[in-house]
Amino acid sequence: MAYDKFNILKSSAVPLPIENVDTDQIIPARFLKATERKGFGDNLFRDWRYHPDNTPKEQFVLNNPIYKGKILVGGKNFGSGSSREHAAWAVYDYGFRCVVSSFFADIFRNNCLNIGVLPVQVSPEFLDKIFRAIEENPNTELEIHLPKQTITILETNESEGFAINDYKKENMLNGFDDIDYLLNIKNEIQEFAGDTPL
Amino acid sequence: MSKTLFDKVWDSHTVQRIENGPDVIFIDRHLVHEVTSPVAFLGLKNRGINVLYPERTFATADHNTPTINQHLPVKDKLSANQLKALEENSKAHNIPYWGLGHEKNGIVHVIGPENGITVPGATIVCGDSHTSTHGAFGAIAFGIGTSEVEMVLSTQCIMQPKAKSMRINIDGNLNLGVTPKDVALFIISKLTTSGATGYFVEYSGQVFREMSMEGRMTVCNLSIEMGARGGMIAPDEKTFEYIKGREYTPKGAAWEKAMDYWQTLYSDEDAVFDKEISFDASEIEPMITYGTNPGMGIGIQNGIPKANSVEGGNATYKKSLEYMAFNEGEAMIGKPIDFVFLGSCTNGRIEDFRAFASIIKGRKKADNVTAWLVPGSHRVEEAIKNEGILDVLHESGFELREPGCSACLAMNDDKIPAGKYAVSTSNRNFEGRQGPGSRTLLASPLVAAAAAVTGKVTDPRELMEEVIA
Repeated sequence: MAYDKFNILKSSAVPLPIENVDTDQIIPARFLKATERKGFGDNLFRDWRYHPDNTPKEQFVLNNPIYKGKILVGGKNFGSGSSREHAAWAVYDYGFRCVVSSFFADIFRNNCLNIGVLPVQVSPEFLDKIFRAIEENPNTELEIHLPKQTITILETNESEGFAINDYKKENMLNGFDDIDYLLNIKNEIQEFAGDTPL
Repeated sequence: MSKTLFDKVWDSHTVQRIENGPDVIFIDRHLVHEVTSPVAFLGLKNRGINVLYPERTFATADHNTPTINQHLPVKDKLSANQLKALEENSKAHNIPYWGLGHEKNGIVHVIGPENGITVPGATIVCGDSHTSTHGAFGAIAFGIGTSEVEMVLSTQCIMQPKAKSMRINIDGNLNLGVTPKDVALFIISKLTTSGATGYFVEYSGQVFREMSMEGRMTVCNLSIEMGARGGMIAPDEKTFEYIKGREYTPKGAAWEKAMDYWQTLYSDEDAVFDKEISFDASEIEPMITYGTNPGMGIGIQNGIPKANSVEGGNATYKKSLEYMAFNEGEAMIGKPIDFVFLGSCTNGRIEDFRAFASIIKGRKKADNVTAWLVPGSHRVEEAIKNEGILDVLHESGFELREPGCSACLAMNDDKIPAGKYAVSTSNRNFEGRQGPGSRTLLASPLVAAAAAVTGKVTDPRELMEEVIA
């Protein structure tokens, strides 16, 4: 599915300084029954966000109106667990275009890249700086500059580079997905398939 | 140049290598289930394209299915709708579909090996992280997201950078009461849930050589719980013996040709791994988890670690214990429990039911325990009946349910109630994983059985020694 192009994103951010946030927290399994990609943002962090009677848990960050923005900042090992792309969909559908952490689980990172959410991995020290900056001023803006591959805390002008391979970077900048690429080399794939032993 | 097992299989499936980008990898077998596939099929429809190789694609219903009264219509409307979507999509694209009630139905990672879909040296994917299970046969197998499911349906390829390689060696003899599940929980407790992220793991050494195919599946299944892309074990005579004659394994000349390839599947002696880790089998005790990720496991006789002894993340650690309502330093032994869950792609095979039965035989289910015993497939269910295990279960006051993923992820009605403790043979103890507010203690089928008959966390060796005496 094509998605919006990603170039430079300037936004305040929502802090979630918890480690090992797993995909069951991002979207619990009971909300995976849909057959279309619609409305997953409503159930993002469902059980951290709402009581069993569906009233909001006020202390949870998404229910605190002073924190907003298109960037989610999470603790180390973000997105571990299940391969459910619904977790990335929920993040996107809620309105986030970028997740920042000091470490991502593999499948979640892949899923994000495939749907147009940019995972930005920073050093543990820089992650701490971001959390502190937001704690001091919830309106702190971050700039994610994909062409230059940098993330900057605009208030202090502190900056760090992040890695992304050239292929994925091109895709994100242009809103392309892998299927477009693969369909273009279909002949080559079919030739290859003819020679496989299994 | 010398190569690892992983190199050999990956390189032989590389269609294209993109400079400073991913590899295009050809996928031999694609397993599909109802939860992660509908949006992928919708994508195909929107692009107006068909499944490229339906004969390499297999569909089953398992995640979102009831485990009682499967002959009746599925009550939950959304679930019924999802099952119908898979059935219709399979039909429209000529994919074999093994729905509820079909003799081949079961958990996707149990039926793959059962039917010979899983073979050495293959690349196998599924929209489920526990696809790593199939690595037990020397295949490269890993979970993918729905966008990638769409890629495989439409082009039989995915695009991923090659993972780094890690080898985990365990030599020596396992202690009494230590099962493959304990070996895996032990490794994860040492490496943490992110310790193998970015790596593909090969398990080697005496312990894995001597392990049954079922046991190898349990170990490879849990590779993802330490963050690994997948795990694999070099195929040997045991592997070939297991797959020979199964429905989808090659036959005749094709078998001989495949064997020529399979015989080459081992890491060369001087192959270099990015990381190597070794343990001694004697270090491993029956394990149990006390927290909210699979890395939070300890030998069952040990106490819950103190927060100040845990590396980093003190706040996260305390949040986890608070959720479990446990305290630092407490013993796990003797903690009362409410539920026992035997099943899942981790421990839902016949060997797991044999182990469970060996402990409960001649004992009674504890009154305070609700037990859900869920076979991984109809074939497993059949074996449970044929081997007389069902009678043992009944005599001890247990019932057997019908196959499916069940309480492992609690998408269906098999939900552990809020605040209740479940000793589960499944793979994840995340907050709410087995139902909102549920508290999971991951363990082996032996530990689960010991808990089921005593109503509390119990060292299974106590009950085993009684049997021996």
